Amino acid sequence: MLSRVADSLYWMSRYLERAENTARQLDVTMSLMLDTAGASAESRWRRLVAALGDSMGLDWNNDLDSMAHSLVFDHLNPASVTYTVNAARENARQVREEISTEQWQRLNRLYHQIHSPHSLSQSRSNMADVLTSLVDGIHLFKGVTDTTMIHGQGWHFIRLGRYLERAYATATLLEVFQPDLLQASEHDDTGYQYLEQVGLLRCCTAFEAYCQVYTADLSPDRILEFLLLNRDFPHSIRYSVEGIRQAVTAIQNTGARRPSDDLTAGIGRLHAMLDFTSIAEILAGDSARFLHAIREQCLHIHELIYSYYVHYSIQSALAI
Amino acid sequence: MNPGKPVEVDALFGDYPLDQAYDEMRERSGAMRSTYQTLAETLSRLPREELQRRKQSAELSFLTQGITFTVYGREEGTERIFPYDLLPRLVTAQEWSRIERGLTQRIIALNLFLRDVYSEGKILNDRVVPRELVYSCKHFRRQMRGLQVPRNVYIAVVGTDLLRVRSGEFVVLEDNLRVPSGVSYMLANRRVMKRTFPQLFQSYGVRPIEHYPQLLLSTLRSLAPEGRPEPNIVLLTPGVFNSAYYEHTYLARQMGIDLVEGRDLVTHDNIVYMRTTDGLKRVDVIYRRVDDDFSDPLIFRGDSALGCAGLFNAYRAGNVTVTNAFGTGLADDKALYAYVPRIIRYYLGEDAVLPNVETYLLTDEKERRHVLANLDKLVVKAVGESGGYGMLIGPHATIKQREEFARQIETHPRNYIAQPTLDFSRAPCLIGDRLEPRHVDLRPYILFGDKVNIVPGGLTRVALEKGSLVVNSSQGGGSKDTWVLDSR
Repeated sequence: MLSRVADSLYWMSRYLERAENTARQLDVTMSLMLDTAGASAESRWRRLVAALGDSMGLDWNNDLDSMAHSLVFDHLNPASVTYTVNAARENARQVREEISTEQWQRLNRLYHQIHSPHSLSQSRSNMADVLTSLVDGIHLFKGVTDTTMIHGQGWHFIRLGRYLERAYATATLLEVFQPDLLQASEHDDTGYQYLEQVGLLRCCTAFEAYCQVYTADLSPDRILEFLLLNRDFPHSIRYSVEGIRQAVTAIQNTGARRPSDDLTAGIGRLHAMLDFTSIAEILAGDSARFLHAIREQCLHIHELIYSYYVHYSIQSALAI
Repeated sequence: MNPGKPVEVDALFGDYPLDQAYDEMRERSGAMRSTYQTLAETLSRLPREELQRRKQSAELSFLTQGITFTVYGREEGTERIFPYDLLPRLVTAQEWSRIERGLTQRIIALNLFLRDVYSEGKILNDRVVPRELVYSCKHFRRQMRGLQVPRNVYIAVVGTDLLRVRSGEFVVLEDNLRVPSGVSYMLANRRVMKRTFPQLFQSYGVRPIEHYPQLLLSTLRSLAPEGRPEPNIVLLTPGVFNSAYYEHTYLARQMGIDLVEGRDLVTHDNIVYMRTTDGLKRVDVIYRRVDDDFSDPLIFRGDSALGCAGLFNAYRAGNVTVTNAFGTGLADDKALYAYVPRIIRYYLGEDAVLPNVETYLLTDEKERRHVLANLDKLVVKAVGESGGYGMLIGPHATIKQREEFARQIETHPRNYIAQPTLDFSRAPCLIGDRLEPRHVDLRPYILFGDKVNIVPGGLTRVALEKGSLVVNSSQGGGSKDTWVLDSR
């Protein structure tokens, strides 16, 4: 497939994953803010902004509604849901012939939904409903992607984008949350700590899944273990990295070129790091550094993919 | 359909005057033409609200499919749906067979003309077409001289604009031999129409057009360079900001070929490659939707980033087919247009089946004087423009506009032609909840590979503004589906 097309599919997918992540984290944060005693709204907002990658233009200004509004609707702010949905659609538009009509219509509907006056007016009375329906829209897009698109290289690039973005975003989220999480006292009967921890899990749609594995007995190390190392939960980092590995393997298998050794090694290293480290080891060491290393390796993998599939030099390609 | 029952057809009409112009639906007396009887009856039996509902659902379908075109110069909402009229335009089998014959003849002759001009130039030596007219055309490409193109086909994809004049006869307004667009709207209109009026469609017996992409693909394949039995065919687009981008993606997808931009292509040793995730892949046929000027910065405009450096040399070497060929705009130059009947006679020994519109060449002293004296009755067009730009419609223009054009004509007579203002035909359109007449043209699409293929129908463009004569989408035009009836 054309390098440019692969590039667009990959970014379309990353942007949508980002939009979903932003919408969900905002929703969770706003609901946490309803319990004012646990922590100040300002500190929660700062934490949210940090977890979203510390974008500009999102400073606390005492007016939650207007800040939430710009995080959702400000099409000039690269962190906003609108901006990321626009970017996803723009990427899709450039590869309109590669994706199915159902996918395009889904994405187009999402785009028109977020730009509709209705969403804007609804957001003033009930932001949560707007966010939920946006996330629903993205889920539907992923559904039609899996059911209507041919599972060839393009689809694998979409998966690659999704899991790379997810692994990176979850690592960032945990890095931001882990000081609070690890400071939690053993016995908390006020219930605020519980709300916080549920909030973290909800940011990754992980609460119910966590309960199935560990029961509703929340503890910081289990939460970290679940979000970092669980093998079967789609939003855990380990699962996401496995997703990256599978996507890249599939891309390499469908191509005629010899797989890139650097890329195989880069992914293998991250994969092994998550496969062969226990949560006890992570907590005994510097957990922040561990999380940071995951992010760096994600960036490294991104660059390797680019230099091998998208921005390769003509000389190197002709030499083969 | 219930002939015994009286039908309230008249109640459908809004402001519907009949005058000299041919009306597609009604005869001069006001009576319904027989072909439109069924349509009118169906409409009159539909409740108003139902008609509106169908109209809305058709529009929604265009929006969600993203069938939009780009309007330049506005930050928000740069995409609009192409305005669409709900009622089909009907063309009888008899009318169509004449159109088909006429277009086939015309395309074959124009192609022979291009080949001749870019090789021996017999027609110029025989003084049928003046040499200076050819060499002064801004779309003449000296680089094409002596270049052998596959199967001698210069113009593989053509859209010719037809008008129906007072007598009911179709005439050719212009040929689009460079990168004609609009075919995706023709296909989209049909798809929406079949959903909007399924029974009506069925009862009329309409000839299909849906196989156009397949015909286009086999046309392109037939033009592949020799020795490339499994050619890699691509569609070259200027990119997502081009107003016809939707169409490029649509056609590429329907044909199952890659949609490439200039930046996807590289040339090496006169071979064109595209950059894929699997390394470089050789390209054999390029269906080019980028203008000559922007195709190769080494040969044409050096400031263009849309094309591919080295493309023309690879083409010259015969390693890649580019279609339409470069320099085909020569034959749709509006001044050369006046010579097309003579061109047909010269190469084919036949009279033109479809007549031209009378055209005054302003390089001719006598004709120019006549035109300048009658600017208020004539239409003046810039020869190298398209899309309704650079045009003066005499009767609708202000004195100042006419003076401006008169000055331009005096200074650059070669750049303009004049034609009588045509009261071309009008078809009923749904305006509000009533029918009103609007001017329409017809652009059929012609494919030329190993033979000439024309899908029955085309894009009927509508000047949606009341009284307007300009049908171009960039100037507020819309479209409707065209039903060519089979002869049963």
